[in-house]
Amino acid sequence: MKRHLRIVLPVLALTLLVAGLAFNAALAQGSAPTDDDVNAIAKQLYCPVCENTPLDVCPTEACRQWRELIRQQLADGWTEDQIKQYFVENYGARVLGEPPRSGLNWVVYLLPPALILAGAFVLFRAMRTWMKPTVTEPAAGAAETPQSAAPSQDEYISKFEEELRKRK
Amino acid sequence: MIADFGYGILVVSLLVSLYSVGAALTGVKVKSTALVESARRAMLLTWPLITVSALALIYLLVNNHYEISFVYEVTSRSMPTYLKITAWWGGQAGSLVFWSWLMAAFASLVTLRKWDRDREFLPWVIVVSSVTLAFFLMMSVVFENPFARLYQTFEGINAHTFAPADSVVFTPADGRGLNPLLRHPGMIIHPPMLYLGFVSYVIPYAFAMAALITGRTDDRWIRITRRWSLWAWLFLSFGLVLGGRWAYDVLGWGGYWGWDPVEIAAFMPWLTGTAFLHSVMIQEKRGQFKQWNMILVILTYALVIFGTFLTRSGVLSSVHAFASSPIGPFFMGFVALTLIASIALLIWRWPDLGSETEMKSMLSREALFLLNNLLFMSVLVVCFVGVIYPLVSELATGSKVTVGPPWYEFSTSPLFAMLMFLMAIAPLSSWGLSSQEKLSNINKPVLGGILAVPLVAYALWWNRITEMMGSWPGVVVSLAIVLIALGLMYLFRKLLWQAALVASAVAVYLSFTYTTNLIALIGFFLVTLVLMVTLREFWRATRARQHAQQENFALAFIRLVGRNRRRYGGYIIHVSMMLMAIGILGIELFQKETQGQVAAGEALDIAGYTVQFEDVASWNNPSEQVNYTRAVVSIYKGDQYLGQLYPRKDMYFSDQQMTTATQPMSIPGNLSSFKDDLYVLLVDWEPASASGATFKIYVNPLVNWLWIGSLLFFIGVIIAAWPDKDPEYAPARARGKAYQPSSAD
Amino acid sequence: MTEINETAPKRGVPLWVQIVIWVLLLGLMALVAVTLNKRQQGSVQPGAQIPDFTLTLFEGYEYEGKSEISLSDLRGKVVVINFWASWCKPCEQEAAELQQAWAEFGPTGQVVFLGVDYVDTEPDARVYLQKFGIDFPNGPDMATRISQMFRTTGVPETYFIDQDGVLRYVKVGPFTSADELRSQINALLP
Repeated sequence: MKRHLRIVLPVLALTLLVAGLAFNAALAQGSAPTDDDVNAIAKQLYCPVCENTPLDVCPTEACRQWRELIRQQLADGWTEDQIKQYFVENYGARVLGEPPRSGLNWVVYLLPPALILAGAFVLFRAMRTWMKPTVTEPAAGAAETPQSAAPSQDEYISKFEEELRKRK
Repeated sequence: MIADFGYGILVVSLLVSLYSVGAALTGVKVKSTALVESARRAMLLTWPLITVSALALIYLLVNNHYEISFVYEVTSRSMPTYLKITAWWGGQAGSLVFWSWLMAAFASLVTLRKWDRDREFLPWVIVVSSVTLAFFLMMSVVFENPFARLYQTFEGINAHTFAPADSVVFTPADGRGLNPLLRHPGMIIHPPMLYLGFVSYVIPYAFAMAALITGRTDDRWIRITRRWSLWAWLFLSFGLVLGGRWAYDVLGWGGYWGWDPVEIAAFMPWLTGTAFLHSVMIQEKRGQFKQWNMILVILTYALVIFGTFLTRSGVLSSVHAFASSPIGPFFMGFVALTLIASIALLIWRWPDLGSETEMKSMLSREALFLLNNLLFMSVLVVCFVGVIYPLVSELATGSKVTVGPPWYEFSTSPLFAMLMFLMAIAPLSSWGLSSQEKLSNINKPVLGGILAVPLVAYALWWNRITEMMGSWPGVVVSLAIVLIALGLMYLFRKLLWQAALVASAVAVYLSFTYTTNLIALIGFFLVTLVLMVTLREFWRATRARQHAQQENFALAFIRLVGRNRRRYGGYIIHVSMMLMAIGILGIELFQKETQGQVAAGEALDIAGYTVQFEDVASWNNPSEQVNYTRAVVSIYKGDQYLGQLYPRKDMYFSDQQMTTATQPMSIPGNLSSFKDDLYVLLVDWEPASASGATFKIYVNPLVNWLWIGSLLFFIGVIIAAWPDKDPEYAPARARGKAYQPSSAD
Repeated sequence: MTEINETAPKRGVPLWVQIVIWVLLLGLMALVAVTLNKRQQGSVQPGAQIPDFTLTLFEGYEYEGKSEISLSDLRGKVVVINFWASWCKPCEQEAAELQQAWAEFGPTGQVVFLGVDYVDTEPDARVYLQKFGIDFPNGPDMATRISQMFRTTGVPETYFIDQDGVLRYVKVGPFTSADELRSQINALLP
């Protein structure tokens, strides 16, 4: 019974967790653009003249002008996507926080996961070979005795283990 | 006069370090102990020499010698004396001398140790560190002389080391002054800490090179340098955290880390350094992974040098970057030399480094450490690609791109989550995981499947499918993650089930009360899991010791940690990482902000807080050439009055040219608690009218735990790194004994 | 990033792995070296032949009624290219002088002034132009296409190109007097 409980309880908890998730993505938009509306878009854009600074926190005069431009565009009824589009067309892709998914930029989206997967594969294969007991060469690493394979445990730990077993 | 003296000493120390290289090399060639000893003494001489030179520089800085170009660039009459001293590392030329000075100090320290058992390493350690030192000194002497004077010729005013023909020394009336951003206390210690971390990694690297050159590729070099690398890691971490704190306090963007290329350049050696700390334990215990450890040490040092180069040569575009500098090509040559020499040596000695490796199971301790290394390397790959890609794009297509925080966040967060999971099972591995669980019995396809799921999920994640949380791909990813969790829980059911239960309960509770953000829930689940497992480990071990040794609980705890400093220091570091994770999750996922213009007496509301604008005043401080604008706001939570905050805007002026006033600095008013930070910035104000001021207000939940975690982190590292009586000599013991009564765990 | 297979002691690194490592290293170094070189070049130096480019002009700031202007159309004339931006304070120092010089040289038909508005917003740029009464051809360079060609290091910068399309003088920073500007133009006139 207890054994089952160990499995059932986490499963139950996780099911509850999934149930507890409610996805809501409705965004309310006011009519007159507030500073917060402007910042919400400026946050996603990067200053075209300074390096790696989001437009909403950039203190330069140039950025203040760009925020005003966003405010104007919002007042004219532009959508977020239109504004971003405008910035990309005028100032180039560097205003976006990440490279757009096109052309050479795919490198940035494909290369790291490819390298990581390759690394994982190589590691997995290497580990599989290591698990097959190889012919031991006494010369190379004689100090390595098979016994040391048991994770090192100091005396206390062995004692704890015993203690714990007794107390259970 | 003083300047000539300082420059002369700098030249002498360069010559001394070059002599040290030559003497050590000849000493090895002709087998002369005397020559090597002479090289060692020369090495020891460099630090006092550079100290004298640095004192000359400080003298010039403090005494307003504006005819010296560097003094003119970084100080002004209005700066207090302590800032004039710290201006030493406030600019390229001075900070290079500072770097050399630290480098010489570390090199001297290491040459002072007892060398009896490691005679053959000595000359090569001297060669590697002296070459590095000579290189940095050469940059100061040839390209970035901090003692260069301003000379007026008919072509204009320029800095020269030696007086050009038909010139007179030009002495400006006042200096330009230190960049105001660098006047913050955090900024005064952040660069030295970072440099300390960078510089101290030279020592493990020098030993690794010595081991490769001499062919003595046993564990000796690892045993000598493991504490060095721990201290180096401490300094580097401290430097990174201080940089974060400085950004939070001064930069006024409500954050602490911006995934800026220069930040990442400092973060990358930290990643490999951390991987090294872990994998080195396996080599110490089991003699495995020699080749891999060598790679990690070389990589760490290479990243230090490469990152410094990228930042200082002006190759990277960044807010932190130094202006384009003449050291570029020379530095580039050194980087190339370092990389080529290291790789060539490594390839040459590769066969000698081999050690047979065997593994009891895919989930043995060794395997877990390897997984940990894989994950750190993965984060490194992400960072490296992110830093380098803009250069590629600019060259190949001519268009600049920003690889910014959104990209880094989505690419690294799953990796960090997996690292957290590894931390959760780390303590279990020391309890003889494989023997208890008989995990090797699990058939391999199942295991492969379990490992494949997170990888597939990760690949999906890369395509940003999770952006559409509500849509079906989002659901697939969520299900995949839940499946992984279930699978892993099943694997570790006996050891993890209680902790997992508590963690699930926390996540369920949060999902109903606080957030429906899946990432946050996974994050808090993992944090709880790690905390539960690690704290239970402390609890269990202390109780057991208490029983075994008949000690009281506190004593048992202290002795336990004291006897196994590395292991329990490590666990304390894991706990501190989780506290930091709480802060990071809080600010990253739940930061709220609002901005608005209010008249005096009016208020802005955010997340339960009311921020009422009381007053704003602006005044000049002519003696420091700064204009302060300070607002007063009252903070209420509901009806409760919490106090006042004083967000500021400081505007520094350089000289009399009011037109070139530096960018204003926004100093936030911050009301900090364990629950959240109320972070108020003064954005704009109307000087005379009543229409008021514009404030930007952030509420940063839980961010304080980031700093609390950092403090605990330092305690943990210091416990782990604290020297034993004679750490280097003890441990050759015990290889071959089944059990190791060790503090070196 | 590759893991090592440590099964067989005394085995060297396979040749193909060595080749891959060195090629990657070489590639990285080349990339960095080229970038470094680019960063250190500074702006285009006098004596260089300026390649042709086309600037789209703001409405109301056309050149002889055309809304686009190409450098190749201006052979035989001295071309003064001024990079500026409305958010740039030092630019304001020289704006009046530029306009004054344009008023003198423009009517001769031997000199053309071109204002290149560097990474700016059009409404602010127009306010700036009106404020200083500027009426020589002006156009935006929002995506830094033209400024990258000149490898400008900031604003304001002014480039003087002679009748054959060769760069003859570069002024970094604002002109302090109209005389300085005048003498540079006169030096290029026959």
